[in-house]
Amino acid sequence: MRHATLCGTRNDSHAGRSAASRYLLTPLPLSIAPAPPVIRVRDLSKHYPGHMAVQDVSFELAAGETLVLLGPSGCGKTTLLKMLNRLIEPTTGTVEINGVAVGQQRPEVLRRGIGYVIQQVGLLPHYTVAENVGVVPRLLGHTAAAIAERTSALLTRLHLPPVRFADQYPHQLSGGQQQRVGLARALAADPPIMLLDEPFGALDPVTRAGIRREFRELEELRAKTMVLVTHDVTEAFELADRIALLSGGQIQQIGTPHELLFRPANDFVRDFFAAERLALQLRTLRLRDLLPFLPPSTKTALSKSLFLGEINISLSIDEPVSPNYSVQEALEILTAPEASDAAAAQQVADASARYLIIVESDENAPRYRVALPELMAAFAHAIHHAETVWKS
Amino acid sequence: MEVLTELLAFWQAQAGKLGHQTLQHIGLTAASLLLAVLVGVPLGLLLTRRPRLAPVVLGFTGVLQTIPSIALLGFLIPVLGIGPEPAIFALFLYGLLPIVRNTLAGVQGVSPAVVEAARGLGLTDGQVLRRVELPLALPVLFAGIRTATVINVGVATLAAYIAAGGLGEFIFGGIALNNPAMILAGAIPAAALALAFDAALAGLQRLSARRLTRVGGFLLILLPLLAGLYVLPRATSKLLAGFSPEFVGRADGLPGLQTKYGLAKLPSVILAPALVYEAARHHDVDVIDGYSTDGRIKAYDLRVLRDDRGAFPPYFAAPVVRQAVLAAHPELRPVLEKLAGRINDSVMTELNYRVDYRHETPRAVAHDFLRRRGLWRVPQPITGATIRLGSKIFAEQYILAELYAALIRGYTNLDVVTKTGLGGTSICFEALRTGAIDLYPEYTGTGLLVLLQPSPATVDSLGGNPQAVFDYVQVGFRQRYGLEWLSPLGFNNTYALLMRQQQAEQLQIASVSELGAYLRQ
Repeated sequence: MRHATLCGTRNDSHAGRSAASRYLLTPLPLSIAPAPPVIRVRDLSKHYPGHMAVQDVSFELAAGETLVLLGPSGCGKTTLLKMLNRLIEPTTGTVEINGVAVGQQRPEVLRRGIGYVIQQVGLLPHYTVAENVGVVPRLLGHTAAAIAERTSALLTRLHLPPVRFADQYPHQLSGGQQQRVGLARALAADPPIMLLDEPFGALDPVTRAGIRREFRELEELRAKTMVLVTHDVTEAFELADRIALLSGGQIQQIGTPHELLFRPANDFVRDFFAAERLALQLRTLRLRDLLPFLPPSTKTALSKSLFLGEINISLSIDEPVSPNYSVQEALEILTAPEASDAAAAQQVADASARYLIIVESDENAPRYRVALPELMAAFAHAIHHAETVWKS
Repeated sequence: MEVLTELLAFWQAQAGKLGHQTLQHIGLTAASLLLAVLVGVPLGLLLTRRPRLAPVVLGFTGVLQTIPSIALLGFLIPVLGIGPEPAIFALFLYGLLPIVRNTLAGVQGVSPAVVEAARGLGLTDGQVLRRVELPLALPVLFAGIRTATVINVGVATLAAYIAAGGLGEFIFGGIALNNPAMILAGAIPAAALALAFDAALAGLQRLSARRLTRVGGFLLILLPLLAGLYVLPRATSKLLAGFSPEFVGRADGLPGLQTKYGLAKLPSVILAPALVYEAARHHDVDVIDGYSTDGRIKAYDLRVLRDDRGAFPPYFAAPVVRQAVLAAHPELRPVLEKLAGRINDSVMTELNYRVDYRHETPRAVAHDFLRRRGLWRVPQPITGATIRLGSKIFAEQYILAELYAALIRGYTNLDVVTKTGLGGTSICFEALRTGAIDLYPEYTGTGLLVLLQPSPATVDSLGGNPQAVFDYVQVGFRQRYGLEWLSPLGFNNTYALLMRQQQAEQLQIASVSELGAYLRQ
């Protein structure tokens, strides 16, 4: 969730904003975890006649954390999700939300405090967009004026201008627009917890990528505790703080994407990511992970002002980036064409003339000036090292 | 073209009645629909929550649908009597299946994703039902109501058979009187009503779910109002009459009676001929029309009111014989005349009663009668030709045929075969004319009005005088068909006004004049 946009162009104002926000990001929420868990699941099982949908699942989720339930079809991930808001009652085990067992609350009251988004969206076809968004606030007895204001604000933020969309009916919207309305509806009462069941599953790949990007950047979602179900590995790695990989109703491994990728608990976990291993490694490893493997010559003591001066002298392009950047993002920056200035792009067509300056937010920390070949070599070393560590 | 002119004239003459019947028809349909919606929709919704019950309930309502409407009305009469209650209840049962089935189908047709999303957002089960499932099921539900409406407008015509009024009164009157204009006078407005309701509901069905919700509420208010149109002329008088459609329609029936006696204060309802006696027996009505020798008069303890002013035409029974047979077998005529004047109304009623209600065979009843009258003789050895006896298809005619057969066998050496159950008048008459049978018992009124069919002026000139009518048909049949009417048996099987014996005694009513006097008090 805390990853920044994959942006191709540097000068695009939108991308610029997200680049700035990268510096402001707090570290992984796990490190601020002493707060009590928002969701605590203990020994949860669901048995259907002749079939164990979910078996002995336990996990805890801290405030603001995003857990992705990942697994093949029929692994029990949706059943597990629906037990959290009591759409399905567990056979055994307990779910606690903010320390209170959900079984002790009236289901509809419980659900009004939890945002819920499903793959088929399920907008009420006889309600307008605005009415759909206003369903939960109305149930909670908010005033009409407050509901109208909130709806309007949410639609605007989700790129559905209320003037045009508020009075439309769901069937008049595209799939992507419907899913955004579904998201707005789930967010309308500002619930602290969100449950999402394959929220992008019904969309075509282009729409899907677009909405996922909006989803990641949505201010509304930053502080939410979320459980998201998907079978899409890339989506899981893109959105998750932690991933619970399920198979046969059981959690095979739960941990950060990094842990699942580099320290798989069993062959199932390892095999599950085999097809996309390289792409996931590029996405998961951060520049910080590569620092030990960079040649000493890349370490530089240049001050900011000096290095800025050097750009002009050497005719090279230096990009300051945070060590929190993923390797993939670094690669994209190093290989992206310079769109804003065609002439400059011609001059530096050779990518070796482009460098990344890895800059810690701490002014006194060492900086690294890295070109593409050094980055790739370090990446290879890092992967190799991780493999060796795991095998021993 | 002629029918069209008649039809328009009929509507013009009966405009008030037509309007009243149309309102009754709408009222019947609306009342039954209201009930069907009030019961069917919740039942359908219950089935959506208990799908296991669905096959049982749908099967049961489906079976109800297959019961012929007349039979269903018949089943309901012992329980609900006659009048609007059984009619509305029967229509309600017919409307149930389409409404229950479409409610179930409509709710089941709502996308599961929509329902899951609604539950996931925190709507209670009741809110899901009211705000999501029901509104989205409305178009399908309305299609069910539309089906039920069209069925009920059609079936409601049958309500006329059980004194519930509606446009069926004209239809069944027209059928009974073989009057196509009168049938159309009821059938056309009934068809128009069905089409109008169908079109109106089809229009509603196309509305959006949101507007439909409002329209649905509006209809729930409108239906009771429409049902309120249905007001029967009940409880406004001392006595209520129940008449068969034929009696009400034909000139020598109720209209003739009213001219002669002026029974203006006798409100009446229309009933199926088969139900008239039942209605009187169960105190649903007080005065009915019937036939003066019907076995049910005795069975149900009814009293025939004397037609002291001769309003009803004479229907005296007499054997009609081919002249050729009489000439060939001169011994036949005196044998046949042995019954002349020997059977009066109450005797014939008694004989009919024994066959219809005691289930004795016509032959046993006939032989018993002959023995008691001293007319019985053991059959003679057969040496002569064969006489073929015919009869129409009801008990009285069977009994008469058996009487004549026994007499011919006992008093002559002729052989007899009986060809009973020859259906209606025209079949019997044609059989006699063509020589397929040699004789059958016929009624003077039938011979006059159905077979000879003289001009109305001639009929009027006879003035309902029994002897004049008999003479007229005797001469007419001789000249036109070569058939001979022998002496009448004595009883007059004609229209009669009947009352329950007990009530008639209590009110001291023995004749139609006394009935008129009582009503005028």
